[in-house]
Amino acid sequence: MSTLPPIELVEGVDPVATPRRIALVRPDRRPAVRTTDEKYVMTFPNLILREVILFQLVVIGLALAAILFDAPLEGIANPLETPNPAKAPWYFLGLQELLHYFPPVVAGVLMPALVVIALVVIPYARINQTAGPLWEGAGPQRPLTLAAAGGAVVALFAAFRCWPIAVPTAGVLLAMFAARGGAGAGRVRRALTKVTLPEWIMVWFAIVATILTVIGTFFRGPGWSFVWPWTRAVAF
Amino acid sequence: MTTLSLDSVFRRLRDTDAWRSVVRHGTASTNRNRSLVVFENLFLHVHPVKVREKTLRFTHTYWLGGIALACALILVATGVLLMFYYHPSVPQAYRDMKELEFVVDNGLFLRNMHRWAAHLMVFATFLHMMRVFFHRAYRPPRQFNWVVGVVLLCVTLLLSYTGYLLPWDQLAFWGVSVGTNMAKEAPLVGEKARFLLLGGNIVSENALLRFYVLHCVVLPVALLLMLSVHIWRVRKDGGVQGPPEAPRGKEEVR
Ligand code: HEM
Repeated sequence: MSTLPPIELVEGVDPVATPRRIALVRPDRRPAVRTTDEKYVMTFPNLILREVILFQLVVIGLALAAILFDAPLEGIANPLETPNPAKAPWYFLGLQELLHYFPPVVAGVLMPALVVIALVVIPYARINQTAGPLWEGAGPQRPLTLAAAGGAVVALFAAFRCWPIAVPTAGVLLAMFAARGGAGAGRVRRALTKVTLPEWIMVWFAIVATILTVIGTFFRGPGWSFVWPWTRAVAF
Repeated sequence: MTTLSLDSVFRRLRDTDAWRSVVRHGTASTNRNRSLVVFENLFLHVHPVKVREKTLRFTHTYWLGGIALACALILVATGVLLMFYYHPSVPQAYRDMKELEFVVDNGLFLRNMHRWAAHLMVFATFLHMMRVFFHRAYRPPRQFNWVVGVVLLCVTLLLSYTGYLLPWDQLAFWGVSVGTNMAKEAPLVGEKARFLLLGGNIVSENALLRFYVLHCVVLPVALLLMLSVHIWRVRKDGGVQGPPEAPRGKEEVR
């Protein structure tokens, strides 16, 4: 026992950012490796069977879709005959919709690059480690900061007449403020009070991405003009 | 007299020497055998022998990663079959689409299945990312697996996109023209990157060949490699993480 190296404590580490556990083991006791009252079940058959069933359901669902709906095939490619509008596949139509408002470098390169960088950074950005809701322990300047930052984003997109982003951004901002002091309010507002800042940002991103994609897919016709979806067919 | 039920036939088959040389564990329903099922199998042993019961709940993962994985497997299977009929050249590529539709048995079904599985995979992957985010499952120790996930998302999109050109119809040609024109706008490298990708300045026969190689070799290999890392890491990082547990307010403590 006496051959154990002396215990060394690392100081100056932010305990919120990097929690460390210290175990003190009394020499007369064997350390338990891990005790938990969580219930464990055998992987086979419990998990494996579920996986097999899931796979079969996906196969069945896709087979039904393949029987009911045919993949589109238009005329042979002709570089001399540009369809109007010429559209990318649906998952890029959000970007193509951005092209309508911003110069190509911004819509086609800068914005997608920022999205990918933002996604990669998520787990390493050490903000809000305690996962506290947005307004928890907020000082008097937090509403001001948020209103200023949010207002600036809305103003920026409005300046480019990019309403599909400006309007939902304003909406999310309103919801954020509705969450403030929503503790005693109805179910929806009470639920909103629990949302953390990173969650608000991701919700905002998901809403904006969905709206842009839907507009680009269903509401854009010749010359990228606004059309109603029922006036033209959409090919996937 | 022995009854010849299907069950007894299987049981006898599974007791033969030949069968036991492949699958070593016996047929008795013991937990020992249940463990052996998992760790004597190369493919199943990405699983631990036991899992937390909670993780089997639907709301834990919504099975979204599993759906994306199922799509990937279906895409490989249908994709290999499609390769038997497809020539990456102009105008034969387009004719092959027509052959699939009118000549090949179940050719259209095969093509439909590949296409819908591709769309579903993009969709499921996105939703999977959202579920991981809102469950805060990107937090330590899972940071790296999240990054692997982002790579998987990009590879999935690229696979879908390179595949989009292969039918060589108007939809394919102009869809890819629009996209690669956007890439051109990247400062400094844009033009060069586009030239490299297309094998020329416009979407042409060279582009078709390059997209074909990317779609059928380079990207699937990348996807399967990254997928292996991803799923291995799920286990190494302690299994799936469900909805955040630690309740914040006192009133929420169960
Ligand atoms: C090709 C696409 C992908 C496939 C096939 C896939 C597959 C899986 C599977 C089967 C799991 C096990 C748990 C579950 O089903 O949720 C999982 C977990 C995970 N995935 Fe993915 N994934 C993909 C893309 C992504 C993306 C885009 C991200 C995030 C950017 C991501 C991040 C994660 C993380 C962090 C976990 C661990 C979650 C936990 O422990 O609860 N994955 N993935």
